[in-house]
Amino acid sequence: MIDPDNLIWITIGLPLVALALINLFGRSPNLREGCTILVSSVLFAGTCLLATDVFAGGRPQWTVGEMVPGFSIAFRVEPLGMLFALVASGLWILTTLYAIGYMRSHNEGHQTRFYSCFAVAIFAAMSAAFSANLFTLFVAYEVMTISTYPLVTHHGNREARDGGRVYLGILLSTSVALFMMAVAWTWSIAGTLDFQTGGILRTAFERGQISETQLGVLLGLFAFGIGKAALMPFHRWLPAAMVAPTPVSALLHAVAVVKVGVFSVMKVAVFVFGIDLLAETEVSRWLCYVAGATILLGSLVAMTKDNLKARLAYSTVSQLGYITLGAALATPDSVIGGGMHIAMHAVGKITLFFCAGAIYVATHKKNISEMRGLGRAMPFTFIAFAIAAISIIGLPPGGGAWSKWFLAVGTVENHLYWLTAVLMISSLLNIAYLLPIPMRAFLSPADTKPPAGLREAPWMCVVPLCITAVGTVVLFFASEWIYKVLLPITAGS
Amino acid sequence: MIASQLPVLLIVLPLMTAPLCVLLGGRRLAYLLALTVSACVFGISLALMARVLQSGPIHYDIGGWQPPYGIEYVVDYLSGFVMLFVSAIAAIVLAYAPRTVELEIPGSKHTLFYASYLLCLTGLLGMCITGDLFNVFVFLEISSLSSYAMISLARTRRAPLAALRYLILGTVGATFFLIGIGLVYQMTGTLNLDDIAHRLPREGGPRTILVAFAFMTIGLCIKMAVFPVHSWLPNAYTYAPSAVTAFIAATSTKVSVYIFIRLVYDIFTPEFAFDLLPLDSELTTLALVGIFVASTSAIYQSDVKRLLAYSSIAQIGYMLLGISMGTQEGLTAGIVHMFNHALIKGGLFMVVGCYALQLRSVQLEDWRGAGRTMPWTSMAWALGGLGLIGVPVTVGFVSKWLLLTTAVQTEHWAVAVLMLVSSLLAVVYIWRVVETLYFHEPSGRAARAKEAPLSMLVPTYVVIAATLLFGVWTTYSAGLAGRAAAALLGAGS
Repeated sequence: MIDPDNLIWITIGLPLVALALINLFGRSPNLREGCTILVSSVLFAGTCLLATDVFAGGRPQWTVGEMVPGFSIAFRVEPLGMLFALVASGLWILTTLYAIGYMRSHNEGHQTRFYSCFAVAIFAAMSAAFSANLFTLFVAYEVMTISTYPLVTHHGNREARDGGRVYLGILLSTSVALFMMAVAWTWSIAGTLDFQTGGILRTAFERGQISETQLGVLLGLFAFGIGKAALMPFHRWLPAAMVAPTPVSALLHAVAVVKVGVFSVMKVAVFVFGIDLLAETEVSRWLCYVAGATILLGSLVAMTKDNLKARLAYSTVSQLGYITLGAALATPDSVIGGGMHIAMHAVGKITLFFCAGAIYVATHKKNISEMRGLGRAMPFTFIAFAIAAISIIGLPPGGGAWSKWFLAVGTVENHLYWLTAVLMISSLLNIAYLLPIPMRAFLSPADTKPPAGLREAPWMCVVPLCITAVGTVVLFFASEWIYKVLLPITAGS
Repeated sequence: MIASQLPVLLIVLPLMTAPLCVLLGGRRLAYLLALTVSACVFGISLALMARVLQSGPIHYDIGGWQPPYGIEYVVDYLSGFVMLFVSAIAAIVLAYAPRTVELEIPGSKHTLFYASYLLCLTGLLGMCITGDLFNVFVFLEISSLSSYAMISLARTRRAPLAALRYLILGTVGATFFLIGIGLVYQMTGTLNLDDIAHRLPREGGPRTILVAFAFMTIGLCIKMAVFPVHSWLPNAYTYAPSAVTAFIAATSTKVSVYIFIRLVYDIFTPEFAFDLLPLDSELTTLALVGIFVASTSAIYQSDVKRLLAYSSIAQIGYMLLGISMGTQEGLTAGIVHMFNHALIKGGLFMVVGCYALQLRSVQLEDWRGAGRTMPWTSMAWALGGLGLIGVPVTVGFVSKWLLLTTAVQTEHWAVAVLMLVSSLLAVVYIWRVVETLYFHEPSGRAARAKEAPLSMLVPTYVVIAATLLFGVWTTYSAGLAGRAAAALLGAGS
């Protein structure tokens, strides 16, 4: 049995091993991608091993050292980060498998660069998940922004350039101007940046070093500064990132990147402010309104999009709002609901993106209006789409049902009944923009006959999406377990 | 025996070799001689720094004459640190230089070039090591005159004019400095720096002292290229041969900053400069205005060398911000940014030299699509650019973070906000180049270009790798700067 403390550096280091191997075998694709799969499997196994310790109450830690005098890179694993790491590393295996099918059937160029940047992004995700202080989190966050830029702009054309501009422009400027400022400010008030159960700002607040208004401003700096959480009005980067190849949209812009965003927001709410402090002072009340607006507006915009990936992107914006809302409501149930939704939404949304990519590989169709009647030719893809959509909507037996339930409980506990209504309306909107896609694929006759010989995408694309679709159902039954493992993070100081 | 003579060897060695380069006549011989000597000088600085770390500051009396009657050489944390990176950059740039020198300087003048290069190095190191105020002026002139010469050696027709403009402004600066020295000598009757510091009256004293300080400050501001007396710099950097630009941009202004730190913190004390005189608020204002004006100008340049030149003016502003905060942390940030910026700007100008060699142009429009044909050079630009922006895991972030935390801690809120916002301007001018490199089909010169020769790429990557290494490992960058700052403030109070 490996010591859990050692498992931290092993798991964080493994993506870098993958990076080295990918570049070493850059000339022979089979070896290169074989290595990626192998390393990602080992990574997932290591993460599971670590999880057994963390969920049993262990808090392994590893301090690397001071990066800037007085500020160290350090890791300490708690359940929320562990859950996120499990999701990210598990889905990396599937995405790699999927990417092999997708990238090869599209004859994409620069594949070594593609897999390299992917590995770095996963490295950043793992580092963020395990971070023990805000400084480490910020560094990992920024590394992720930079490492995903070449992926977003992979095609190297004008469209990619413009998308990349919005992507980097919004993510860098919010993080530098607001997030970094917030971290420095927190440090000057609290004297520490370590994440602690119950938060680190309470003492400073009680001593009067920071007023209630200032707490609200600080929360705003964090909430908007963490641009990856895609809170409106800083959400534009996410639709812009859809110029990337679909595996990137799937893992990064449904799982790793956006989840690092909302994960950071939750970390800040729970371990920097502390939910007790947020609940007592009600400084996060305004964030509930912004998150509520993001949920509703995101869904409404999604309805207007005919491009499937764009629709999914706005759906993601809306769903991320749920998680931010969970943090802002600041009750134990809402926080657990938010944490749970990180996993639920990840598995659901990656399935939808996998499907979008599979459809594109098989038919070269991007627009929803052209997808009528395709279901009979691609049954697996569209059934998987339907299952995942049910989970995103929040209907049983999809996992999303539980996370949305706990979030709704959180709104009721805060007596914000109109927010409960917002959640319900949004779910109805989800039904309206997601379910028609598989329904039309199966039920309506094709406008034009699909070309003869149309069939499912390569098995490397279809198998991962079937697995994740099944995953959404499995998560429905695993929700009680997730609830239990997340419970410790809501403890007071 | 020889070990105790190292301080003087550091100066004598390059000083004596310089005429030898010309006298021996052979181009290759001159180059090899210069390279060997600059490597030796780097070794000596390394040995001196090691001794300072081991057993404290070294005092060396020239010719055995006791100070304050004789001239004294002093190696302490600050001067050792500055000499170390100046000599390191000098050696690496020289290793990189021969191909660009062949291209940009007429063959008959190569020996002159190498001689001037060594003289310039002598001057810069001399300014650092000497403990005598008049000696500072002498070495300042040696380094300045040799840089005018090096700039005017370039084949381009505008180079002599740029050199002349630099000469005129540089001489004005040096003369101001000399007038200041004269006045100080008149008031204290000594030229030894320690001795002056002891003899200067603590509480203001006669007006002559103020005038002397003002003359010296303004003289140095011209040499440092502080806004608004920076106008010599863009032309000088643009029209100088690539290797000269890389060397001067990385070292020359930094050594002037070093002298300025000595002047304010060692000789006149911060109480005099910041409490009695309002130098801190004046410098902060000038620095911030300069940062914004210069960064904005950089955005609009079509010549990449000029773009980087404007960026250098902005970066000097960041150093001044740190220095004028008057605290140990601020001073640390200022000192470490000298080192960090030397690496970044040296590296970037070396990259520009690679393009200049392969594309015969430093106009941005001629670089279109060069990312495809010169992948390694282009990646070096991107990595160096990230350092300039101040992304985590690069040296730029270390400076930015230290400066930010100091500003927040001392409640310079406006400085903190403006500094962060201004760093986003760097994103714009760096990314303009990145997009030009990567998001165009190679055309014209870029289509025919080949990757830069290894003899240039390897030294470039050594510097670029250093910007990453010292971004995560700061024991000997920020750590040393911190000790230097502590020593300065300890002596001052």
